[in-house]
Amino acid sequence: MIMSAKVDTSLPLEYQTEQDRMNILGFWVFLGAEIVLFATLFGVYGVLYERFAGGPTHKDIFVIKDVMIQTVLLLTSSFTMGIAIFEMRRHNLKGLIIWLVITLALGAGFLFMEINEFIHYAHEGATMQTSAFLSSLFVLLGTHGAHVTLGIGWATMVIIQLLKRGLTPTTARKTFIIGLYWHFLDVVWIFIFTFVYLKGLVA
Amino acid sequence: MEHQQSKSFPISHVIGFVVSLVLTFAAAGITLKTNLSFKVIMWIIGSLAVIQAGMQLFMFMHLREGEDGKTNLVNMIYAVFMVIVIVVGSIWVLTSGHAAH
Repeated sequence: MIMSAKVDTSLPLEYQTEQDRMNILGFWVFLGAEIVLFATLFGVYGVLYERFAGGPTHKDIFVIKDVMIQTVLLLTSSFTMGIAIFEMRRHNLKGLIIWLVITLALGAGFLFMEINEFIHYAHEGATMQTSAFLSSLFVLLGTHGAHVTLGIGWATMVIIQLLKRGLTPTTARKTFIIGLYWHFLDVVWIFIFTFVYLKGLVA
Repeated sequence: MEHQQSKSFPISHVIGFVVSLVLTFAAAGITLKTNLSFKVIMWIIGSLAVIQAGMQLFMFMHLREGEDGKTNLVNMIYAVFMVIVIVVGSIWVLTSGHAAH
């Protein structure tokens, strides 16, 4: 509140105060750290991805149709989150909330698919304990899935604040930041899709 | 740094979404339907992934927007550098020479 004296109303709501601009910049720095976190998990997977220890291989467990559904769900949710922020910038609170809810529904669909995928793997005898390949796979996918789960809870709380307080520079900044987080999850998924699933399915 | 309040249609988002879908299915098609070597396929689909990620940073995440746009860009370039060091470095060190046995 100390810094809210200077309000630049020519900017979108979330950039109007110095404090909110700093929060957004700070979140980008956090995303830089998140990228490095996922890089370590991709590095581990890249080293261990052929250590099957006699257990199932990529081609035994990956189901391309399910992977494509997961990918399209998450990609579409990233798009609808973009539309939500677009509506926010038009000061359309109702549109913003509707698109946020659609985004979360798609995110929940993705999670549902991923949980089913893990159950399917366990049925095929592919668990974290089976091999180095599967340990590194589950840690990478599980960390991403945990981020999606957290994102759904976080966005739900932001929606509650939007309903209670309406669009203010503060709620706009909070919405913009969960938007950045959500897009980031899809960016990570692009690399999981490419360097885990497609790489494992090359003929 | 364009401000979109006045626009009524999110054209850059729609383009970003359609191109992302095309890149996703192109990568899947190249992987599953061609007989190229493993190395060639990985280079192609790896490049498609980098293009798609970059596109989302600029078209969905407003990377260069606001007074800190340049800082964000430098931050992301540094993050990419760290990714290359960590991923390529780990794989190289642990799958070549003595570690390979």
